[in-house]
Amino acid sequence: MILKLDHIYKDYIQGKMVVPVLKDVSLHVEEGEYVAIMGPSGSGKSTLMNIVGCLDRPTKGTYELDGQNVLSLNDKAMAAVRLGKIGFVFQNFQLLSRQSALENVALPLVYAGVRKKVRKERAKEALVKVGLEDRVSFKPTQLSGGQKQRVAIARAIVNRPKILLADEPTGALDSKSSTQLMELFQKLNDDGVTIVMITHDPVVAGYAKRVVDIFDGEISERSPAAKEGINGNCGEESE
Amino acid sequence: MFENVRLAFQGIWSHKMRSFLTMLGIIIGIASIIAIVSTIKGTNDQIKESLIGSGNNSVEVSMYQNGNQVYIYSSSDIPSGFREVSEETKEKILELATVENVTCYNIRQSTDNAYYQNTALSGCRIVGIDRNYFNTCGYILKTGRNFIQDDFDKFRKVLILDDTAAANLFGKDNPLGKTVEIGTVPFTVIGVVTKSAESSPSISTIEQYYNYSSDETGALYISKAAWPIIYTYDEPENVIVKAVSTDDMEKAGSDTAAILNATITNDSTEVKYKAENLAEQARKLQSLSNSTNNQLIWIASISLLVGGIGVMNIMLVSVTERTSEIGLKKAIGARKSTILGQFLTEAAVLTSMGGLVGVATGIGMAKVINRISGVAVSVSIPAAVVAVVFSMLIGIIFGFLPSVQAANLDPIEALRRE
Repeated sequence: MILKLDHIYKDYIQGKMVVPVLKDVSLHVEEGEYVAIMGPSGSGKSTLMNIVGCLDRPTKGTYELDGQNVLSLNDKAMAAVRLGKIGFVFQNFQLLSRQSALENVALPLVYAGVRKKVRKERAKEALVKVGLEDRVSFKPTQLSGGQKQRVAIARAIVNRPKILLADEPTGALDSKSSTQLMELFQKLNDDGVTIVMITHDPVVAGYAKRVVDIFDGEISERSPAAKEGINGNCGEESE
Repeated sequence: MFENVRLAFQGIWSHKMRSFLTMLGIIIGIASIIAIVSTIKGTNDQIKESLIGSGNNSVEVSMYQNGNQVYIYSSSDIPSGFREVSEETKEKILELATVENVTCYNIRQSTDNAYYQNTALSGCRIVGIDRNYFNTCGYILKTGRNFIQDDFDKFRKVLILDDTAAANLFGKDNPLGKTVEIGTVPFTVIGVVTKSAESSPSISTIEQYYNYSSDETGALYISKAAWPIIYTYDEPENVIVKAVSTDDMEKAGSDTAAILNATITNDSTEVKYKAENLAEQARKLQSLSNSTNNQLIWIASISLLVGGIGVMNIMLVSVTERTSEIGLKKAIGARKSTILGQFLTEAAVLTSMGGLVGVATGIGMAKVINRISGVAVSVSIPAAVVAVVFSMLIGIIFGFLPSVQAANLDPIEALRRE
């Protein structure tokens, strides 16, 4: 099991009020799964994502990532986990605008202490995987939104993470780019990459093999039948 | 590390104007310090050269009483025990391996006036010399003739002026053949001497250095033979020896003093000859000029402080601007120390560049100062290196607070902000 979150609680303190954001959330994800977490804004899905991404710690509960109890780790070791086991994709791409696509993709390898020559090779490899081999030296400003997100995905997978976390990956894209991106995710998942994706778009969620709903800090697994329901006409080809 | 430096350059380059303005404080501070240090070093080198005479190598061996140098204003000032330097003593001094030439002279300073018609030269130096004086002290004849043996044998009342005195007394007129009265005794001018280009005057005390640098009156030279006509017979003399080389100067001076001391007839130890300790006096003069200029360095340091605060300010802005970049980097696995290192490097690179430009500007400023005011300047390589290292330190010190702030950013917060 890649992800094993059990009885996670997260409270925020606003002034003197304690605001519970996650209430007894448990989520298990097996290797090779493709999970969509759906929920309206304010439902706690971003908080859950941050905890899964080792950016935040829950108030209570246990979390094992790849068999490792990550909550017992200090900040430095957490950073190492993010670097080695997790690949992030954000809604607004988060590319460094002054650096080329290749340099952006190679950034995690810099932190991993990989030699420059190897860095270049692996970054190129990742860009080929996302279909951007002809945009290697382009700056983000010279790329379209869909291409930027592909660069971001290349960056997320360059270090061969255990899990790819995507936070509203299509949020800033038009529908054509969204579809292309979802096809890319599909391909990556077929290659064995575990994907956990946050979205509020049912069409996008339809691409996932498994959908988890989160509402008001509580999580509920959607039955495959119900999943079919939201899949609509777009999801047919992916199944 | 190398990657950080490259990124830092990229960051600086992408904000050229801002980076330049930030650097300006550092540039001005470092440039002022380099200019001041160059001036100090130039002055020091000059002092050293004029004291430990370049090319001239002459050492003054003077009479002392109770530790004070003897200045003779009238014959009653002459301490008992000193005698006129005999020919045998001179021979002995010349036999020293370190001594190339020796001369003895009598001097009156600021006592008598010299007159040419209605022009008075008050406070001038009147020097009674032997035939070795000009050679030993590095003077050359400008016009007229030097003293000849006949002048000594026949007690001729003839006079040689230095060019300052000649200009003061005669202006642009030709002084040769004119009559100058010292006290009431008329002397005929036979020549004008000037310091030879490659030799500096013999300066052995701070007073003399000031006299030299503000010597506007000039000197009148008469033969030793004619000295008693206006002053005293058998007056004891000061001695100047010219050493074979600069390194021999101290030894030449002390050995000469020892020979001269053996001729003192007085048993008491209160009178003796002493050679100047030139190196020590050079240091004294240098410390004098240092102490005034050190204050300037402090003032220049204030602009470095201001520059440093400017760096801190702009780094804080930079951290705020790049919040989401920092958040992203942390999310994909950058450690706190990585972020800290990146920002510290950027600050250090920024100020080091400022330091380099400042050093170049400072050297330029020193050259301009030299051109305009004639103050001697000398660029000090160690000072330049220290300046660059120091400006790097400023970057690290003033960049520390913003860098810590960047490193401690919460990645969730940082990513949320756009």
